[in-house]
Amino acid sequence: MIIYGTALLAVCHLLGIFLGDLLGSLIGVKTNVGGVGIAMMLLIFARMYMEPRGYLPKPTEAGVSFWAAMYIPVVVAMAAQQNVVAALRGGHVAILAALGAVLVCACIIALINRMEPKSDVDPFAALADPDHKPLV
Amino acid sequence: MLAILDKAIEHNGLVGAFAFVGFIVLISGFISRKLTFGRMHGSAIAILIGLGLAYWGGVMTGGKSGLADVSLFAGIGLMGGAMMRDFAIVATAFEVQPHEARKAGLIGIVSLFLGTVVPFIVGATLAYCFGYSDAVSMTTIGAGAVTYIVGPVTGAAIGASSDVMALSIATGLVKAILVMIGTPVAAKFLGLRTPRSAMVFGGLAGTVSGVSAGLAATDRRLVPYGALVATFHTGLGCFMGPSVLYFAVKAIMG
Repeated sequence: MIIYGTALLAVCHLLGIFLGDLLGSLIGVKTNVGGVGIAMMLLIFARMYMEPRGYLPKPTEAGVSFWAAMYIPVVVAMAAQQNVVAALRGGHVAILAALGAVLVCACIIALINRMEPKSDVDPFAALADPDHKPLV
Repeated sequence: MLAILDKAIEHNGLVGAFAFVGFIVLISGFISRKLTFGRMHGSAIAILIGLGLAYWGGVMTGGKSGLADVSLFAGIGLMGGAMMRDFAIVATAFEVQPHEARKAGLIGIVSLFLGTVVPFIVGATLAYCFGYSDAVSMTTIGAGAVTYIVGPVTGAAIGASSDVMALSIATGLVKAILVMIGTPVAAKFLGLRTPRSAMVFGGLAGTVSGVSAGLAATDRRLVPYGALVATFHTGLGCFMGPSVLYFAVKAIMG
């Protein structure tokens, strides 16, 4: 049932927002602390638990992935209701902040990638590096 | 007859918004393919059109909610509102494959953190230089320099004003476009050859549309590796923006 996926997403969303609000009031700020991030992590963990146990049939998965695919359109709608007129008054801030961030990051990327050990093996044949530690 | 159509759209705002945004995305895809030859990602063009329409709406109505202030397009306000936005963003976490993510490794985590903190510092510092000296505005614009998703999510959480939010999105958007256009040009300087280098790139360059479009124009095989790390980027940014980074700015600014 497709609604199971959407309901799972909704539960993770609400739980994440709730925990974010709870965390906010615990540390004495009036804001939601990372609620969306917590919700994303809950959904990743839910998938890690449910998928190997066969609790995620295709229709359930589709109930989540539909909304994931809707994210660009929703962001387009979000962009369309921003106060752009007011933002343009400080337009050079946006361009300079973005340019600065991109240039500094590009230098760091170049630096890290130059430290990568050279190898004759085709990296796209297989990716098996024993030194890599798990991310999650 | 036109009046009846107007009424039908006004009474079905959200449905009207789906149709309208679908049309924007369709046009953007066409522009992306025919005018920029795929160099510029369709989604970035769609967001640019959205911002352009928001400008038009703001000029037409004098309101604060862009196109959503035009009664015919009120549904845009619901579709792009906080509830739907957060719901869709949380859903993208589902695309992260844990077994694939494990391959990203330590360097992926390091670049992910650097890719959040470094643009944030640059963005917040520049915001301060241009007179946005309160902690909320500095954090929101700094978060916008991380990605155009992290900016508004952070801004909404800490209560930034709409014009600062728009500035924050504009910053993220300019960054995404710079990454898209700049990546194939700077590929050699960036050392983009291997999956590992693509993961470092995905972590540091951040924005998913920028990374996927930039890598696609460089070497298609690199795309999944970069996008994988970049997918974590929004989550980490949304997590750190309204919490650690906001508190840090607040502590420094007093």
